[in-house]
Amino acid sequence: MTNNWVDIKNTDLVLIMGGNAAEAHPCGFKWVTEAMQQRKAKLIVVDPRFTRSAAVADTYAPVRVGADIAFLGGVINYLLANNKFHEEYVKAYTDATFLTKEGFNFDNGVFSGYDDAKRTYNRATWGYQLGEDGFVKVDDAMQDARCVFQQMKKHYSRYTPELVEQVAGTPKDAFLKIAQQIGETSAPNKVMTILYALGWTQHTVGSQNIRTMAMIQLLLGNMGRPGGGVNALRGHANVQGITDMCAYSDTLPGYLGAPLDGDVDRAAYLKRLTGKPLRPNQMAFTQNFPKWHTSLMKAWWGDAANKDNDFAFEYLPKKDAAYDILHMFELMHQGKMHGFVCQGFNPLAALPNKKKLSAALAKLKFLVVADPLETETSEFWKNFGPLNDVDPKTIQTEVFRLPTTTFAEESGSFTNSSRVLQWKEKAADAPGEGKADSEIMARIFVKMREMYRKDGGKAPEPIVNLSWPYQVAEAPSPAEILREYSGRALVDLMTLPNPKDPTAKPTVAVPAGQLSSFAQLRDDGTTACGNWLYCGSWSPAGNLTARRDNSDPSGLGVYPNWGYSWPANRRILYNRAAADTKGNHWDATRKYLSWNGKTWSGVDVPDMRPTAAPEENVGPFIMNPEGVARLHAIGMADGPFPEHYEPFETPLGVNPLHPNNPKAVSNPAARVYKGDMETFGKAAEFPYAATTYRLTEHHHFWTKHAHSNAVTQPAPFIEIGDDLAKEKGFKNGQMVKVRSNRGEVRAALVVTKRMKGLKVNGKTVHTVGIPIHWGFKGVTQNGYLANALTPYVGDANSQTPEFKAFLVNIEKA
Amino acid sequence: MQSLDVKARSGSTAPAPGVRTIPEVAKLIDESKCIGCKACQVACMNWNDLRDEVGTNIGVYDNPADLTPSSWTLMRFFEVETEKDKLEWLIRKDGCLHCADPGCLKACPAPGAIVKYSNGIVDFVSENCIGCGYCVTGCPFNVPRISKADNKAYKCSLCSDRVAVGQAPACVKTCPTGAISFGSKEDMSIYAEKRAGELRERGHKGAGVYDPKGVGGTHVMYVLKHADRPELVGLPKDPSVSTMVTLWKGVIKPIATALMGAAAFAGFLHYVMVGPKEVKEDEKEDA
Repeated sequence: MTNNWVDIKNTDLVLIMGGNAAEAHPCGFKWVTEAMQQRKAKLIVVDPRFTRSAAVADTYAPVRVGADIAFLGGVINYLLANNKFHEEYVKAYTDATFLTKEGFNFDNGVFSGYDDAKRTYNRATWGYQLGEDGFVKVDDAMQDARCVFQQMKKHYSRYTPELVEQVAGTPKDAFLKIAQQIGETSAPNKVMTILYALGWTQHTVGSQNIRTMAMIQLLLGNMGRPGGGVNALRGHANVQGITDMCAYSDTLPGYLGAPLDGDVDRAAYLKRLTGKPLRPNQMAFTQNFPKWHTSLMKAWWGDAANKDNDFAFEYLPKKDAAYDILHMFELMHQGKMHGFVCQGFNPLAALPNKKKLSAALAKLKFLVVADPLETETSEFWKNFGPLNDVDPKTIQTEVFRLPTTTFAEESGSFTNSSRVLQWKEKAADAPGEGKADSEIMARIFVKMREMYRKDGGKAPEPIVNLSWPYQVAEAPSPAEILREYSGRALVDLMTLPNPKDPTAKPTVAVPAGQLSSFAQLRDDGTTACGNWLYCGSWSPAGNLTARRDNSDPSGLGVYPNWGYSWPANRRILYNRAAADTKGNHWDATRKYLSWNGKTWSGVDVPDMRPTAAPEENVGPFIMNPEGVARLHAIGMADGPFPEHYEPFETPLGVNPLHPNNPKAVSNPAARVYKGDMETFGKAAEFPYAATTYRLTEHHHFWTKHAHSNAVTQPAPFIEIGDDLAKEKGFKNGQMVKVRSNRGEVRAALVVTKRMKGLKVNGKTVHTVGIPIHWGFKGVTQNGYLANALTPYVGDANSQTPEFKAFLVNIEKA
Repeated sequence: MQSLDVKARSGSTAPAPGVRTIPEVAKLIDESKCIGCKACQVACMNWNDLRDEVGTNIGVYDNPADLTPSSWTLMRFFEVETEKDKLEWLIRKDGCLHCADPGCLKACPAPGAIVKYSNGIVDFVSENCIGCGYCVTGCPFNVPRISKADNKAYKCSLCSDRVAVGQAPACVKTCPTGAISFGSKEDMSIYAEKRAGELRERGHKGAGVYDPKGVGGTHVMYVLKHADRPELVGLPKDPSVSTMVTLWKGVIKPIATALMGAAAFAGFLHYVMVGPKEVKEDEKEDA
């Protein structure tokens, strides 16, 4: 979340789209009900189904699965065509005035630079025109045809209300009613928040779904303001923490880009990732990248990372390909990956196309599953009849199950959607031989280090030199680990030379010991920090994540002394934008941050250099070298402006926006592996749009092991609208079979008025809903894994699988 | 709760032992804030150590499908078109309403099996229950359920054990969205009217409070979006204690008691006027 859970109460309008907050985030949803009662906020829900969120909403409208960009693009067009955007904000805090390159264009569904064979873009023609001074050229009047504002206007002029209805199936009247309500929050004294989750991410256009919304929030001037923001509701108690620690191949902790094959040495790597201002006076905060990265290397390798060896740069793997989870299973499937350590993860249920996953796991030599429960993955080799129809005799994979603790059986911190780290103590010992994941990893590490020390082997240095300063080597304590993330000065840090007074003697600026802020990090090897974003969470004052002060002096739900919110205990990101260009509050009911003539001050930690006077025009989006937010985003794999593309399994067969370009039906930049294109079904055989989702009674594939949850939602089911049921002659509660081109599931049928066929591009598209949660282990009724149906393809940027839009047929079982 | 709090007892003409006057309590369920998450169902199970059977899906979101001896509260889902083309998904937390004039207590013949405390809670005391099922007939809201395991009646106790020590019922404590409140009946009634007003302002023209007078008012109240049509969420519009129960307790029972008394008196008269019945020697031997 750019804002936080409690802050939802400060809003005037809540939009829930690409998520179902009431269902999936019932606890956080209290802030929606609070806003509705106390601020008289309105709630809009846009979803293919009339959800539990819709049940308490003021306004609901349907949208076809996979057509969110058509809807949101329509909103952008509405805002621009009706002058419902926040002009002062847009001009000062976004790149609307920036000139785009001459070569940039968009033609018949593809952007300039497309390489058809590789399914990727060369992005050279995207981005801004630079002047001779190295700064971006701008047109403050936003009239130049090449300026971002005009380019955006042109791009979205096609997204008329009629087109929205034609592509997304949202009736024009319903769409306009919602667009109008959204448009009203362009007034400086009105703010809207948007809550989304996997309903936007799990698409081949997932990142662009979110970007479209971010653009809307920027046009409305709702970013960085109380009650505003673009708010991702995360799925697990600590999934934000996992993302922050970046247990992925693409990034290092704290969202630092990982080294690539082309980064020949540390200098080349740092140069690639160190920002430099693209406009005068901008903070371009990534200028500090070398400090963050060097401190990380010191945390990992201690004395073994030093000036003489490029701070152990060579110890880091250099990425030659994407190693996202789809790629890993692809390699496994090709027989190129032999071992898999699977910790707190149930991929046989959680990734798409169960048949392929099962075949991939069967090719492994060994599989280690560390989990508190028996998972489908750990039992993948056992036959469970039609639910898991495998022959154990043909599977040679050796499976090790290592029992772990659950969250309540270990101490440590959670980082929630609000970016708040909260410490908790262990409530009970684990049963049997259950061990904390950290202990399991540590024991494996210590053993491996011993083997490398003894036998050498290929590149032993990163292992044998790893800094391992824990009191008990085989069981690092969570407190030790958090202190390491938070970081410390290895020596007394002296004041840096003052150019104005070169003779001044350096004094101790920061004494050796725990640091209180990432501003203290250095790139000379005198500081160590495992994650710059968490720097200061365990400061000289102690463990700030354990704070439980529930006072809220401002009444705006800031709670500054509750836990620790990264970065720098800041509760709303980009909060400089909570004030106008002169540094005054936009609105008297939400006084958050303002310029007092000397410094920025308010109820939160300013996201701005405290002494940057408004007339210096330092932009609020300090992580971007341009200082402003991007409406034209060069960093995206699939285009600087989001465009509607059909899901890879489309019920229409064409992209109504580009009916004559077969290459622009689905996302041209999405990665498709050899053999997977053939597994995609066609509408002729699989006429119904399908989507998977979660139910409030369960948490993924975990709570099916809990009796209480099992009572409240005992068995799998399939949901369809009463119109489709009537057409097919189906009755409520009967067993049905749902087939995709990859597999089938059977379950009881729930017939509902809450799903309706939508008129799309001249035909009626019905939706089949498939809740996940059931499998072949647990105390609920057993059921088919829903991913037997889903296609093996992911978002062009994040590779998040397309679980939300595919094709099926449905028949009597 | 203790016997000194008992204001009314089933199956007994003796005066209730309650001498304490404590404020009447009430639980208020705000339908407009309820998202049907069933956290209250789980809280109820866990506080009361109840675990129902894992059922099946019969084509609805209501799970379990009905109240049972182990499921004392339940979310009921209603898909209704309140106006043309206006679909609403109404969700109501079902369970005992704790009537001020409880039909179950009136119908119950077992002494002390159903008690009403002075705070308004109607509680089942299972060791006194004879499993006759009259409470089921007597309830205008179809709430009590007889257990096949021990042949006794069960229903929501409004967590009388928690309330007795100053805590809110488990469902109230758990509700994530603030849809359930708990307090004195007076405070809850005031808040309920305020919420109903807020909802009418928001456009729910039929919004109002469900606290039916036919049962003397209830200690579980609802703020409904369509209070003018409570049957949309499966609630009777004007509930009252069934005539049979009222007759039994109100008219027939005193007569029956009088008849029983008259019979005893006739026996006594016979004894005084005719003397004890004598048994002959040979009859004794036969016995």
